[in-house]
Amino acid sequence: MSGNQVILFLIVGTNEPLYEAEIHKRGGTGNSDAVARQNYFVVHSALDLVEQAAWRTQNMYLKVVDKVNHQHVSTFLTAGNIKFILLHAGKSEDTIRSFFNEVYELYVKLSMNPFYHHDTPITSREFDRRTRALARRYLS
Amino acid sequence: MSKATSNGQQLWNKVPKANAELFALTYGALVTEVVRDADENLATVNEKLEKIGYSIGIRCVDEFLAKSNSPYCKTLAETAEVLGKTAFRMFLGIVVDVVQHSPSSFSLNFQDNPLSLFVELPENYKELEYSILYCGVIRGALEMLNYKVDCQFVKSPLKGDDTHEIKVDVKQVMSDGAGEDYQEE
Repeated sequence: MSGNQVILFLIVGTNEPLYEAEIHKRGGTGNSDAVARQNYFVVHSALDLVEQAAWRTQNMYLKVVDKVNHQHVSTFLTAGNIKFILLHAGKSEDTIRSFFNEVYELYVKLSMNPFYHHDTPITSREFDRRTRALARRYLS
Repeated sequence: MSKATSNGQQLWNKVPKANAELFALTYGALVTEVVRDADENLATVNEKLEKIGYSIGIRCVDEFLAKSNSPYCKTLAETAEVLGKTAFRMFLGIVVDVVQHSPSSFSLNFQDNPLSLFVELPENYKELEYSILYCGVIRGALEMLNYKVDCQFVKSPLKGDDTHEIKVDVKQVMSDGAGEDYQEE
């Protein structure tokens, strides 16, 4: 899967995905439909593993929970049981930890907005813009 | 520093404080509750919030006058100065710029708004005047001082501007004393 240049970031609630962002690497092009589908498949199939991993540690950061064909799935579980899931091709734990922590800060800010209800899809443009900026800073 | 500004600063140091986040979240909960009660009819919501502000205004003007020892204001310009520099400072702890447009209108400009700390308006709520409470408060407070005013937000960062501006237009200056019906023959 050397052609797979994409990093996929998802926020998953109890019933549905709340937010998703695909971040292309610098100079990378969009990927084909088939690859995109496979990425989602990998992420969603990791959800069960996330729930298992959650019981093994006290930390919110669950590290890499699943590996498929050189693709790693890292997860962060918030106190409100919202999952941040990142699909990547092997980044250092520390980078991802800081990325998750900063996104968590944004998420907390978002959830303080009286017009955002817990566990509903995130439509805020500001949140999207800032998350993408963070992803570019840490991950590409 | 003008008298009104230093007075505002002193009062702010004295008054009891509330946690800013608690304050913002409480008001947020109030607004969303009003929105739900009004079935998302935003014009009604604005009206209701303004009325809530009005009731606050006609009460808190007394508290302000009792605590502030502000000098007697002879003109609207002085009133505006005290309102912006002293009253806003005392109740909210924010720094407000007062701009006079004409003898009967002025604007209050400020950057920080404690009410809208975490707020981002969703696309379909652009008509909502989130902080219209202030307008009601100003209208109520000035009405107790015999000014009938029109008060509205002309700029708000929630709608993409870089600062807040509340414009106040005086419609009528009521006369002091009892109404004509009650005067002695």
